[in-house]
Amino acid sequence: MDNDNRIIVTVLGQDKIGIIAGVTTVLAETKANILDISQTVLQEFLTMILVVDLAECELEFEEIRQRLINVGEQIGVQITAQHESVFKYMHRI
Amino acid sequence: MTITIHPNEIIETIKMIETENLDIRTITLGISLRDCTGQNSSEIAEKIYEKIVNKAGRLVAVGDEIQQEFGVPIINKRISVTPISLIGGLNRPEDYIEIAKSLDKAAKEVGVDFLGGFSALVHKGVTKEETALIEAIPQALAETDRVCASVNVASTKAGINMDAVAQMGIIIKKAAELSKDADSIACAKLVVFCNVPEDNPFMAGAFHGIGEPETVINIGVSGPGVVRNAVKNYPNEDFGTLAEVVKKTAFKITRMGELVGRAASEKLSVPFGIVDLSLAPTPAAGDSVAEILEAFGLERCGTHGTTAALALLNDAVKKGGSMASSYVGGLSGAFIPVSEDAGMIRAVEDGALNIEKLEAMTCVCSVGLDMIAVPGNTSASTLSAIIADEMAIGMINNKTTAVRIIPAWGKGAGDSVYFGGLLGSAPIMKLNKYGSDSFVARGGRIPAPIQALTN
Repeated sequence: MDNDNRIIVTVLGQDKIGIIAGVTTVLAETKANILDISQTVLQEFLTMILVVDLAECELEFEEIRQRLINVGEQIGVQITAQHESVFKYMHRI
Repeated sequence: MTITIHPNEIIETIKMIETENLDIRTITLGISLRDCTGQNSSEIAEKIYEKIVNKAGRLVAVGDEIQQEFGVPIINKRISVTPISLIGGLNRPEDYIEIAKSLDKAAKEVGVDFLGGFSALVHKGVTKEETALIEAIPQALAETDRVCASVNVASTKAGINMDAVAQMGIIIKKAAELSKDADSIACAKLVVFCNVPEDNPFMAGAFHGIGEPETVINIGVSGPGVVRNAVKNYPNEDFGTLAEVVKKTAFKITRMGELVGRAASEKLSVPFGIVDLSLAPTPAAGDSVAEILEAFGLERCGTHGTTAALALLNDAVKKGGSMASSYVGGLSGAFIPVSEDAGMIRAVEDGALNIEKLEAMTCVCSVGLDMIAVPGNTSASTLSAIIADEMAIGMINNKTTAVRIIPAWGKGAGDSVYFGGLLGSAPIMKLNKYGSDSFVARGGRIPAPIQALTN
């Protein structure tokens, strides 16, 4: 599996203040590097996708995932974090 | 650095997992037990226990790890072993019961939900070991929780062993009686096969075939809910479009299986065997093969047109899936277990689906008469005759068919049986009231069919 360090973080939920701040703070604390962010807001429903590089990261993926889920719960949005290979495998030959 | 995946594709994948029940149904670790020989049954039982615990000790932990990394639920971790009847040195049914208990203990120790391979391959005839194992099946299944048994009684190349078919009717009755306090659940762990595959990861029919390596990882994917939702977006398009939609969806589902299989293989240092391209339903709402057929435009699964719809579905799943995986095997097709599929259960309760239509459906999809509850007073010869019909379909059409039938002790048509979990619940189906005693009593073998002049 190529590039094992990249993960995709998705944020789904009602748009509100502080979502990006909350998510990026967690990533910065863990020394995860954000490669790209895209977001769309459709009728107050936010979809945000971050491509994140964990190469410099000191923590295990599972610990980062858990922190992201926790911050999602505090803000009131759903956050998922998965290895990029999941999406590459499903959508590219 | 570029994002190679479009945000819509990311959202599609997440939607499949979150709302459409996309999951990996099973990671099944095959383990050869052929080196587990010994002087007596206790020694063999101990060697088997130790080998399984040794080889599969990390299976559940690795499954959970992959689930977290990829964010895809992995529902079951399972084990398949060499058909126990091939292990030498065991001659009495009580020896085999001891082995079954050892298998059960090993399954519980490593934390898998089922272990398959309490099996015999008798399509041409039986050895004394196989006779003893088959006799042990009812008690072995009634006294263990996680052991699954299977018996292959027919093949296209050998024909149908009708002596074995007759005996399996009696064995199934006995298993039903011994587990009568739990709705005859022992029968849900017993499959009778024609043309059994050696690398099937799905229970209850999994075993580790003789052509397999020391250990191997096989993957069973699921995802009827994903296919149904995809089909629902095209309510009026023609069949060519419909097949295309199913193919594309099957491709995506199978890719997940391929990814998980490779990861599991790498983490466990076990060779990757196959992905089984099956649509496996669960009793959960929306996770139903019957509901896909209904989304095709049938008012209820089981009505006229169902066989054609299932043929299209089954073929499209194979076409899409085989493109997605390097190695495809196992049963590979759509499953139609009655008790494990909410749409099937409703179709039976509404009178839309009967056993005759189910039999016709098994001609065009995988497995066969699966998880069907019938009245408890059904005679052994009628059960054997049902098995014989299904075996004939497999033999003539050169495909795998199977029967997993539950004569629910003390219950009649219109009642229901409840197993819970993935095994679900099933309304008891009505059977033909006329007997087949003299037919089954003939014994011997139905000869292998001619494979040219195919009409």
